[in-house]
Amino acid sequence: MIRRTVVDIATQVAAGSLSAAKVLEENLAAIDAREKEIHAFNVVTADRARERAAQIDADVKAGKKVGRLAGVTIALKDNMCTRGVETTCSSKILAGWKPPYDATVVRRLADEGAVFVGKTNLDEFAMGSSTENSAFGPTRNPLDTSRVPGGSSGGSAAAVAAGFSAASFGSDTGGSIRQPAALCGLVGVKPTYGVVSRLGLVAFGSSLDQIGPFATTVADAALLMEVIAGHDPLDSTSLPQPAPQLLNVLPQGVKGLRIGRVVDLPEGSSPDVMARLDAAFDSLRTAGATVVDVKLPSMSFGLTAYYLVAPAEASSNLARFDGVRYGLRVDAKDLNAMYGATRAAGFGDEVKRRIMLGTYALSAGYYDAYYGKALKVRRLIADDFAKAYEKCDAILTPTSPTVAFKFGDKTSNPLAMYLCDVFTIPTNLAGHAAMSVPFGSGEADLPVGVQVLAPALGEATMFRVAAELERAS
Amino acid sequence: MPEPISRETVAKVARLARLDLTEAEVDRMTTQLAGMLDHFRDVDALDLSKVEPMNQPIPLTNVLRDDVEQPSLDREEVLGNAPAAQDGRFRVPPIIGFEE
Repeated sequence: MIRRTVVDIATQVAAGSLSAAKVLEENLAAIDAREKEIHAFNVVTADRARERAAQIDADVKAGKKVGRLAGVTIALKDNMCTRGVETTCSSKILAGWKPPYDATVVRRLADEGAVFVGKTNLDEFAMGSSTENSAFGPTRNPLDTSRVPGGSSGGSAAAVAAGFSAASFGSDTGGSIRQPAALCGLVGVKPTYGVVSRLGLVAFGSSLDQIGPFATTVADAALLMEVIAGHDPLDSTSLPQPAPQLLNVLPQGVKGLRIGRVVDLPEGSSPDVMARLDAAFDSLRTAGATVVDVKLPSMSFGLTAYYLVAPAEASSNLARFDGVRYGLRVDAKDLNAMYGATRAAGFGDEVKRRIMLGTYALSAGYYDAYYGKALKVRRLIADDFAKAYEKCDAILTPTSPTVAFKFGDKTSNPLAMYLCDVFTIPTNLAGHAAMSVPFGSGEADLPVGVQVLAPALGEATMFRVAAELERAS
Repeated sequence: MPEPISRETVAKVARLARLDLTEAEVDRMTTQLAGMLDHFRDVDALDLSKVEPMNQPIPLTNVLRDDVEQPSLDREEVLGNAPAAQDGRFRVPPIIGFEE
């Protein structure tokens, strides 16, 4: 398998020393060899990709200006709208749907010369932490196919780990980019809420969702962020400011930065993961950073608050899947019967469970006891972070409590599965930035990810820390 | 904190959510939702009386784009995705006046 970074491809294709067609064919060969076993994709768009790569090569030859991602192969999570290309959210209820528009992120990537190789598998509607909830079957971890790739963006993580594309994109509502990145040995970024447009991302939890990249290097992730970030007038929650400059901060190092260590970190992480976290603190200290103790007493309540806030928002967002405008319809005698039958046939177990929990938490008589309380816990978590960031510039935690686990390990107990996201969820609740960086390996020689947390719009600091960890690993 | 969730409440919530659940699903959902809601009792340990609810992570108000004319979605393309369409519109089963 040939590994090329996003930065190398873009530089060499633009210079004419490497053809976009060659890069694509390497990826397609890898897909031919292993996709049957891995199942990273719901659809591979080889024909479209070949046309696109040929166009870029022709532009380079003709001396036309090409974009910052010329010839870079990208896989997209199948919950991002791609005009004319099936977008299913790995759900039967959307099977066959071809969006009439492109997500803003997709459009920005295309404008810079990216080549899309396909749409990747996910837990249905991004609800899960292992990609076992897909209606189209699970994705396997390319590093050990008896194990899950994480989720919900498991297909996007697996695609990059298996060399099917140079990079990919996922969405992160409670850890769905960072956790699979950790489990597959990749860099994965959850941007500050509002930094990346959500237009064309099929909504799960609207106050939590963000799109972000998977890449093999920190520099690749930085370049991809620079391309997709920045204000979108078509997303009313998009922050009115330009994309952050990240590539130029990577060489700055961490000298003088204060890195927070959470003294009251929720328990339950395996010793191999905690050993890598300790090693990460040591590396940053050696590189000139100061490690300071911080407290996040509400962090352990994050999971509880999240599993009411996210299902509540989901129950509302998923109301649109009603058999009227797109996707599946199960015919019935009247409109209400059609709704009930269509949704029963179209949604899988986990999605039904969350719709039920969310509807209950929002219903009359229970709103204050559940949803209202969860929003207050959310505030406590944000306040805890604000206090912690008075003492430090970034915080380090594990990304996932364990390395990649085996299929079926957590499927019988929803709460055990939810615990996978105990370290990632608080970031989404607070709306902050966070990313996972591979930092050595743990049990069974599988990768361990360290999570770098930064306050809202702290991407530049976060990437400086991530780059230092990459240098040290 | 309200009483543990009952089978009747689960069936009612399913109707509100427009989800036809089987009897077996209602049983399973009742057990699972009760388990999750029980977990939520953790937060009873917190004093939330003076805490403002946080509805959204970044406080922005009325970010409006300039009112510039631009093409809307292609009608044929949109209707082409619908389970049923007629005369340029979505076609649905009867809404009112249906006799049992």
